[in-house]
Amino acid sequence: MSAPTSHFAPLARLLHWLMALMIIAMLFIGAGMAASVSERHEWLLNLHKPLGIAILLLVVVRLFVRFATRQPPLPADLPAVQALAAKLSHVLMYALMFVLPLVGWAMISAAGDPVMLSSSLQLPAILPTNPSTFAVLRKAHTFLAYLLFFTVLVHLAAALFHGWVRRDGVLESMLKGKD
Amino acid sequence: MVDQLPPARPAKTPLSPASVMLRLAGIGGVVAVILGGFYYVNGTLDSQRLRPKSFINALEHNNGVHSGYRRNHAKGMCVVGYFQGSGDAHALSTAQVFGAGRTPVVGRFALPSGNPYAPDSSVPIRSFALRFTQANGQQWRTGMNSMPVFPVGTPEAFYQMLQAGAPDPATGKPVPGAMPVFFAAHPETAAFLQWVKTAKPSASYATESYNGINAFYLVNAAGQRQAVRWGVIPLGQDAAGATAPNDADYLEQDLAKRLAAGPLKWQLNLTLAEAGDPTADASKTWPAGRKVVNAGTLVLEKAEAQNTGECRDINYDPLILPSGIEGSDDPLLAARSAAYASSYVRRTSEVDQLPQESRP
Repeated sequence: MSAPTSHFAPLARLLHWLMALMIIAMLFIGAGMAASVSERHEWLLNLHKPLGIAILLLVVVRLFVRFATRQPPLPADLPAVQALAAKLSHVLMYALMFVLPLVGWAMISAAGDPVMLSSSLQLPAILPTNPSTFAVLRKAHTFLAYLLFFTVLVHLAAALFHGWVRRDGVLESMLKGKD
Repeated sequence: MVDQLPPARPAKTPLSPASVMLRLAGIGGVVAVILGGFYYVNGTLDSQRLRPKSFINALEHNNGVHSGYRRNHAKGMCVVGYFQGSGDAHALSTAQVFGAGRTPVVGRFALPSGNPYAPDSSVPIRSFALRFTQANGQQWRTGMNSMPVFPVGTPEAFYQMLQAGAPDPATGKPVPGAMPVFFAAHPETAAFLQWVKTAKPSASYATESYNGINAFYLVNAAGQRQAVRWGVIPLGQDAAGATAPNDADYLEQDLAKRLAAGPLKWQLNLTLAEAGDPTADASKTWPAGRKVVNAGTLVLEKAEAQNTGECRDINYDPLILPSGIEGSDDPLLAARSAAYASSYVRRTSEVDQLPQESRP
């Protein structure tokens, strides 16, 4: 059992790909609804809020799974700067997955709007109504979403670089392997 | 398949430089497609699309930027009171507000212009926005106007109307003839223009009727949906003067004076659509004689200055609705919701720049 694993645990991989789908959908939904005045604005918004809360719940589960399972080590011959970039970008992605839904929830609270996940499912406000707080959070929500989008894009490019150019097993560790 | 040892890396033949380039280009291609898709979706690569900020930019262009104020309906006054439900609408909608109890209300009377210093006599239209806060925490927000129909039925036409009202850079005044040209090109404005012919700037907010104009659906406990338009009509208010006094700010004084003498009341009416009545076109009236349900009485007890009152930080987004009320297929609803959000983030960023009024 002391030998390092070559791949992520199946549950970790399931959560990774499920959340990858949800987060990429979420980023496009957010960008689209903020730039639309058609009926799309409304149905995207109605999708955005429950999906955001689902991501918040899943990221908590995912952090538990991450610390409860073994991670495959990065290849020994990976340049130190790339290894550092990999570690930092993962920390950043985890932080943003957690913070973005919270900022969204907080900004709706600060606007004094009811936090509705459906026509009748309501979450409590997590901040008192305050216009200046709302304005800061609303802008932070957009800024952090773009930061997450670009981090995900770099993550994807790096994964493909491992898989197609370095061919070092890093991409495969998230694709297959049994435990 | 189960192997506790790390799998031996299969010996790989090194890639030729051309193959490396090809693979890097493939990665670049994937990234470019996602980036392109994202920047199309966010509107950057789709310059013709109307976006929420298109409307707010047009309003700022036409009226100037007045920091901290709403970009439209900028001049107004907060009011506070409650709604006493009659219970008669309960069969139509499960919304708590339509029960027989009281629901607290924060409202706002205003003039339809982006200029917070417009004289009260400058437009014949007055508006009235309401936020009902139900005991279960859900809210109903609505923005109503004193005209019976909206000039146009689509966000695109409304944007063109804003453009027709843009000032001439040389004179700073609206381009003469631009509005008539717009109206001529938009026959759907006929019902509105007919109303404008006889409309005069009223001398009081209190004596006006206000119409929600857009259609909504009420949903009852059985899940049945009924299309409605709503509005409020004044109850027992003293008549306003026949013509508006020649003073720029008489509406606030009139309202404060009336409220000092006692509460002001309106009846909230729900007009029920019949088959074929247009729900997706706010420029069209519904035929007379439609059934009207009296949902209850709106009672206003207190006025507050808009720069310090509770209504200041409320975005009267018409799609913030309680369970039991739903938006219709009217395209103006989503556009109003989206554009109001854009105005809201701009003005909440500037809230510290608002002058603090001392009255009323």
